[in-house]
Amino acid sequence: MKLLGEDIVTETGEFIINMGPQHPSTHGVLHLKIWLDGETIKKIEPHLGYIHRSIEKMSEKMSYRQFIYLTSRMDYLSAHMNNQACALVVEKALQVEVPERAKAIRILLAELSRIGSHLLWFASVGLDLGGVTPFFYAFREREAINSLMEENCGARLTQNFHVPGGILEDVNPDFQKRVKEVIKQLKDNFHEYDEILTGNVIFQNRLKGVGYLSKEDAISLGCSGPTARASGVVCDIRKSNPYDGYEKLEFDEVVLTGGDSWARYQVRMAEMLQSIKIIEQMIDNMPEGDIVAKTKNVIKLPKGEFYQRVETARGELGVYIVSEGAATPYRCKYRSPNFANLSAIPIAAKGGKIGDLIAIMATVDLIIPDIDR
Amino acid sequence: MKILLAYSLSGFASYLHRLLSGFIPDAFWLMVTEMVITGVCLLVFLILLAFFLGYMERKVAAFMEIRFGPNRVGPKGTLQIVADTVKLLFKEGLTPDLSDKFLFNLAPGIIVISAMLAVAPIAFAKGFQIWDINIGVLYISSVSSIAVIGILMAGWSSSNKYSIIGAMRAGAQIVSYELSVGLSLISIVVLSGSLSLNDIVESQANGWWILKGHIPVLISFVIFVVASTAEINRAPFDLVEADQELTGGFNTEYGGMKFAMFLMSEYINLFVVSAVAATLFLGGWMPFHIGNFTAFNHIMDYIPSSIWFFGKTLFIIFIIMQFRWTFPRLRIDQLLNLEWKYLLPISMINVLLVTLMAIMGWHF
Amino acid sequence: MNNEELKNSITQILPSATFDESGEFMSVFISSEELLPFMKELRNRDELFFDYLFCETCVDWKDHLMMVYFLNSKTHKHNIVVKAKITDTINPKIESVYDIWKTAELNEDEIFDLFGVTFLNHPNLRRLFMPEDWPGFPLRKNYVDDNMIEL
Repeated sequence: MKLLGEDIVTETGEFIINMGPQHPSTHGVLHLKIWLDGETIKKIEPHLGYIHRSIEKMSEKMSYRQFIYLTSRMDYLSAHMNNQACALVVEKALQVEVPERAKAIRILLAELSRIGSHLLWFASVGLDLGGVTPFFYAFREREAINSLMEENCGARLTQNFHVPGGILEDVNPDFQKRVKEVIKQLKDNFHEYDEILTGNVIFQNRLKGVGYLSKEDAISLGCSGPTARASGVVCDIRKSNPYDGYEKLEFDEVVLTGGDSWARYQVRMAEMLQSIKIIEQMIDNMPEGDIVAKTKNVIKLPKGEFYQRVETARGELGVYIVSEGAATPYRCKYRSPNFANLSAIPIAAKGGKIGDLIAIMATVDLIIPDIDR
Repeated sequence: MKILLAYSLSGFASYLHRLLSGFIPDAFWLMVTEMVITGVCLLVFLILLAFFLGYMERKVAAFMEIRFGPNRVGPKGTLQIVADTVKLLFKEGLTPDLSDKFLFNLAPGIIVISAMLAVAPIAFAKGFQIWDINIGVLYISSVSSIAVIGILMAGWSSSNKYSIIGAMRAGAQIVSYELSVGLSLISIVVLSGSLSLNDIVESQANGWWILKGHIPVLISFVIFVVASTAEINRAPFDLVEADQELTGGFNTEYGGMKFAMFLMSEYINLFVVSAVAATLFLGGWMPFHIGNFTAFNHIMDYIPSSIWFFGKTLFIIFIIMQFRWTFPRLRIDQLLNLEWKYLLPISMINVLLVTLMAIMGWHF
Repeated sequence: MNNEELKNSITQILPSATFDESGEFMSVFISSEELLPFMKELRNRDELFFDYLFCETCVDWKDHLMMVYFLNSKTHKHNIVVKAKITDTINPKIESVYDIWKTAELNEDEIFDLFGVTFLNHPNLRRLFMPEDWPGFPLRKNYVDDNMIEL
């Protein structure tokens, strides 16, 4: 049997399809080569590089004030947290103490973008599994968060709000009132998400027992964030290596032991509520004062190596900087959460159906520019 | 009363017949002329219907998704579908190089024709029916199953791996769900004792089957709606297309008017399925009657029969559209499990119950 | 385990290892030939049990390449950085750690692609981002490209 001039099945009777780089549910330009037996997946091989922009190479030519903003383009949904990691690594190297108000604003905006990111994930889970309606419900709230970001940072998606030593500008005077409005809207509408998607029998059947990832595999594959926490791995950087004052806050690390797509779904849903809890603790007692610590105009990091870990919406982002004492990094490496989480997909999806692969990709929640960098 | 009769369309049909027989005395040519007129009317009707259902679907989707839906082109966005059709008309009718060109171009035609054929025996109003065939139910269920050949043809000839997977899914899905559709139709055939759609409607003069037939008929109604949604490949059973998995499935390679024909056949199928459900379970054009309550029944008769028919059909269409915008899609093995492990055994037992009920005369 | 205890345990495994405690994590310097048996011990010894390779990368120091492995133990909560020096910059080779940590598969593909380090016994070594026939390795310091613009 021939198709496009080639045999459509391999000698071993497998059917190879290329999912992506243009495919509706790979959320970007991910290319998975899939070996199928009927509808059952035998093997998956990711092919990357369609959106590789050499951010690491570019960082080597940029000053320590500039390179922060390149990272907004990695995981664009956690742009704020990516910037935070870069700002923190510079501050750690210079041993600058960030003012309390700047820390509070950083955390508030980071948690808001975490909620925003999870809302987009919720929207796309529904969409990938064939239910279009949840998308609009989630985007209603995400829109409110994006508007809030725009009012205060000037941008909706890539906020670029960090500078080494603090934040760029002070927030608007009505910031607290607006955040409370957004949080109220979110809490009022949160039950609708459960009604439209979580409680749906078809939806639960699509996720339960699908894409099982054991705890050992999750650790060995370097998974982090909600993907790993759904497999029972305790890995929240906000708890284990707190930064910017997370140690003073009271929140739970959501860890489930299910390991399947349903557990990953529940972890993210619960994390949104934890983020709301963090924001509610902070919003009424924001410290007054400076928003940025004084740093030299041309920042030169001391000779040495610096590593900073930050919990983004998708997991652990590590920024590794090797400095030779110059105004630009000698080597800059981003340990991106999605790159490691990607390797979970071939293992979790093996033996499942094509439909399962979609469910797994949706719940692992990959952002492709973060994989390629 | 005369004016009301005109709404039920049968008066119009007989008027046309009298008018034409004045011009054309020969009975054969009279029939041919009437057939041509009917065919043209039907085509226009079905195209308008597809427009209307397309508009309705977008509005229903918008209603469920807290947004406005089309509201720019024409009053309340009514011309949006016309604009879309014009756009599709002007698009290039691309045929992939390595495809089987004859089958590739034939497939949309087969699908649309099989959808249109099924409209023939449907009774739109009292005495207004294109073809009162005495095996109407059998005819509809057999004609509508031709569509699977068209889908397999489209999937195979596209020379695209996603299309082949979609076509294979279609084969498995449509053939299995036809069983449940057939069995749920049989339960009404058993009760009314006829395969003719007109007789089935007449048998509901003292109440619709869904009300007269107790729980077994209710069960077969639900099974019919679920299984026929699967048979016409609408969400949550749209695995054949499955945008998010197969990038469009069997119609991935189609564009322009050929793609529009797939869309049109989807809406015609939706209409046929809903019309059959309305005819068999909700009494078709028969007004809402309760047993021997003559006064009440008489008042109900004042509402024209065509309004009853289209009202019921649109109600079922509305329900099926809500399915689409509420439920996520099933997985292929879950889909087949649902049919072979749940719907089929239930409908088999249900047919036995209905037969028992018919023999003992337990229904109203 | 604190750094002193880690040092003692590691010296038992590999007496030739040298340490650097200036950074946030303690660094252990080894040579590239000793890598695989050393890593296996780090992973399998109960008191060390480094089961989480959270970052693997390479640094080009012009005269040599330095493989950097960031290790963490999920049970003991201690971290360590292992640095393996590769002296051959023309044709660099090192053992793959895929057998120990599965995350190494993609990370080593990436390092092969951008630094040109060949990993022995890697299951599927390929250029991950760049086209197969791309000349040179972009993250090397001596990489030149006509289209590169100095800022």
